Amino acid sequence: MARITLTVDGTEYTDDVEPRTLLVHHLREALGLTGTNVGCDTSNCGACTVHVDGQSVKSCTMLAVQADGREVLTIQGLADTWEGDGLHPLQQAFNECHALQCGYCTPGMIMASLDLLNENPDPTAEEVRHGLEGNLCRCTGYQNIVAAVRSAAVAIREGAGEPAPAREGVPA
Amino acid sequence: MTMAPEAPTTHGGIGSSPRRKEDAHLVTGQTAWTDNLAPVGTLHLAFVRSPMAHARIGSIDASAAEDMPNVLGVFTGDDFADECATLPCAWPVTPDMVQPLHPPIARHKVRFAGDPVAVVVARDRASAVDAAETVVVDYDPLPAVVDLERALTDEVVLHEDEGTNKAFFFSMPTGADVDETFAKADVVVKRRFLQQRLLPTPIEPRAVLCIPQAAAGDFTLYSSTQIPHVLRTMLSIVTGMPEHKLRVVAPDVGGGFGAKLQVTGEEVVAVLVAKRLGRPVKWTETRSETNLTMHHGRGQIQDIEIAATREGKLLGLKVDLLADMGAYLMLVTPGVPILGAFMFPAIYKMDAYRFQCTGVFTSKTPTDAYRGAGRPEATFAIERIMDELAVELDMDPLELRRMNWIRHEEFPFETVAGLTYDSGNYEAATDRAVELFDYDGLRREQEERRQRGDTVQLGIGISTFTEMCGLAPSRVLGQLDYGAGGWEAATVRMLPSGKVQVVTGSSPHGQGHETTLSQIASSALGVPYEDIEVLHGDTQVAPMGMDTYGSRSLVVGGIALQRAATKVVDKARRVAAHLLEASEDDLEFESGRFSVRGTPSSGTTIQEVALAVFAAHDYPEDMEPDLTGHAVYDPTNFSYPHGTHLCAVEVDTETGRPTIRTYVAVDDVGKVINPQIVEGQVHGGLAQGIAQALYEGVVYDDDGNLVTGTLVDYLVPAAPDLPEFTTDRTETPADNDLGVKGVGEAGTIASTPAVVNAIVDAVRHLGVADVEMPCTPERVWRAIQDAQEGAQR
Repeated sequence: MARITLTVDGTEYTDDVEPRTLLVHHLREALGLTGTNVGCDTSNCGACTVHVDGQSVKSCTMLAVQADGREVLTIQGLADTWEGDGLHPLQQAFNECHALQCGYCTPGMIMASLDLLNENPDPTAEEVRHGLEGNLCRCTGYQNIVAAVRSAAVAIREGAGEPAPAREGVPA
Repeated sequence: MTMAPEAPTTHGGIGSSPRRKEDAHLVTGQTAWTDNLAPVGTLHLAFVRSPMAHARIGSIDASAAEDMPNVLGVFTGDDFADECATLPCAWPVTPDMVQPLHPPIARHKVRFAGDPVAVVVARDRASAVDAAETVVVDYDPLPAVVDLERALTDEVVLHEDEGTNKAFFFSMPTGADVDETFAKADVVVKRRFLQQRLLPTPIEPRAVLCIPQAAAGDFTLYSSTQIPHVLRTMLSIVTGMPEHKLRVVAPDVGGGFGAKLQVTGEEVVAVLVAKRLGRPVKWTETRSETNLTMHHGRGQIQDIEIAATREGKLLGLKVDLLADMGAYLMLVTPGVPILGAFMFPAIYKMDAYRFQCTGVFTSKTPTDAYRGAGRPEATFAIERIMDELAVELDMDPLELRRMNWIRHEEFPFETVAGLTYDSGNYEAATDRAVELFDYDGLRREQEERRQRGDTVQLGIGISTFTEMCGLAPSRVLGQLDYGAGGWEAATVRMLPSGKVQVVTGSSPHGQGHETTLSQIASSALGVPYEDIEVLHGDTQVAPMGMDTYGSRSLVVGGIALQRAATKVVDKARRVAAHLLEASEDDLEFESGRFSVRGTPSSGTTIQEVALAVFAAHDYPEDMEPDLTGHAVYDPTNFSYPHGTHLCAVEVDTETGRPTIRTYVAVDDVGKVINPQIVEGQVHGGLAQGIAQALYEGVVYDDDGNLVTGTLVDYLVPAAPDLPEFTTDRTETPADNDLGVKGVGEAGTIASTPAVVNAIVDAVRHLGVADVEMPCTPERVWRAIQDAQEGAQR
């Protein structure tokens, strides 16, 4: 067992973990943060994407002990990073643009999108598609996800909580 | 009648796209996937699975596992033999169908790589997995049965007691004498198409949690399932446990696509272990386990022959299928190709049709429903051979289709396969698609590229499709020997405060039932969208239901809801008339308010009526104080959405790489409740159909090992792999209460042939007549090389 301390979504947690424990299993099983999902066992699907020290990480590719002393942001803490009581613009835009159906890939897709927008605040549709190539969605065909990310980009740039109308407003 | 889509109506009512009710918890991670649930004391399962495709099971030594810490027990197939002899198959498609036993844990023999041979129960998942790895199974290997045609020689028989690998032979001759028709036809084109196996791949793997209440003998099963109701009934049948003691809950379910339309061995084992140990029991699969053991889709060899006159008039069609069942018949395995039987003639008029299908056992993962289930396979074959016939006749493939399809004034139309299409307007959808696609412009460009010998060639693919969905009229299902009906139940309950509960027997996993059904209830009752709550997916909350598959939730469940809501309005009208001291006939009902005709100031809202009924101080004497409506709707026909999909593909002739340049989908799904959700369903359907054409395919080696065992080896398309779609609609109302048609499978059914037709069209002039799916760059390149070499010989 190894003792680790993580700050997850603003709260500090100290636990003894088996060295083999993956970060995603630690989040889900030890901390009860089940907002982050597991979709595969080969780090292809991206459903488990979180941020570690501000960068997106597939939390199935990192051991919990590797996250010791670091800050983790999950989908469950995302809204708190945005001013006001409401949702983060990405969460709003995914709803507005119908960028999710079953919603299982959504936490990872949103966290990966956040990383993409941190690096490129005004991506083209093509850039969004390539930026999200590590995240699989089986329901949407991605078109509305691309629209949502671009719509959220506008909202984030403008610093507003409400995304611009995306479906007609943003060229695909 | 076909018209342009109507402008959105009132917010939240039919025809509008209010924000989905499902999303708030999904975008914030406040979800209830089955794997998120675990009461204190939950035990975890890990299955020991066969690494061999076909072998006799010798001894199973679990002593090391039993001695490991945290392990509560190890069970084999024999341990549950008395409690569950076989998993169910609900669709015996012929009276003499071979139906071998399919125990939840294999006994005596394993018949596919992944077949479970033992299950370990432990305090935590890691301990269970660790212990499972120590179980030593002595296998006596037998030859694998991989190839369908070879399987039929019965050299190696998978189910020895049955003596054959042939599961069934189904035959359906209809219309005029087929052989005579073909004998006198000017032109006959024959082709063999291969439908590769696919992995449905919902992003949420399966998970099961069974919570026993041992003293009362009650069991609650949470499962990532599409079919909580069917599952409850089937579990009861195969385990003998009383149905009323089983509660099945489908909590948040992360996609299904037919793969969670199943009664799995893992679900049965979870129940039986929970029963035996009196503790909650849970199993969550890994993705590698999903690929190995969640049922696969497709898997057919299609021999198809079409007869026509020299002028291009279709005369007849012959179809002979070999359908890969895999190792066992699961819930609707044999029925999948039979659903296709009705769809090969598609939208075309012809006089003679013969369909035959042989179901074949192979030592591979069982197949069963995957988005479209039989209809994508059929649509692929007919739309591919229409293009081949057009080449043979030297006709434009679109013209050939126009010449033969059912014209809009001919509906309702009885097809040669015996279905009656209630509605459709293929001309309107095609005209719109052609316009959006710039068909003539692209044909010109194609000709120019051919003329100048461009290394990048352009192909145009057409798919003018229809499908039968909205399963289904119960009587028709009965004629097809399906084990259940096709009705759906709904209850509408007005609460005292005027809020509304809708209970549906359909069970969502991404389709947006809460949103769409709220819209129907909102329009019917005149109650705001936000005041409606849709309850589903729990046999305790929604005791009656037939669940979600076959694009049925709206066309069957939505109409059940419409009828239940109508009953509530009828009851409310009687109370309102009583309260207003007016005749019911004099009451108008609009936007949730009853008013006396001619005296609009005299009225009462349905919410006020709900409160009055709750108080029950003053209501008609011949009524009960109740504002609940319940309806069970059993449709009289299937639903027949249709559309025209046009695809332009650029093929780099030097690398073989196909790239979709333009994809236009014009779908006619009748009246639309929520345009945004409809468009989303089309997008997702297109993605899966295109994936079959270009990317996905299950691979087994000669020994029956699954080569595509992970998402590294099986290419589920990501965002850069798919194009931007252009979608539009025409609206030809269906002949039902809401005018609606199913939409869930249409995109998948239509798109695969559109893409492959485009690829073949791009390189047809180089001598290529077909490319096997998935049309990878290597396959396209080889097809070009082979054609060129053939030409040189």
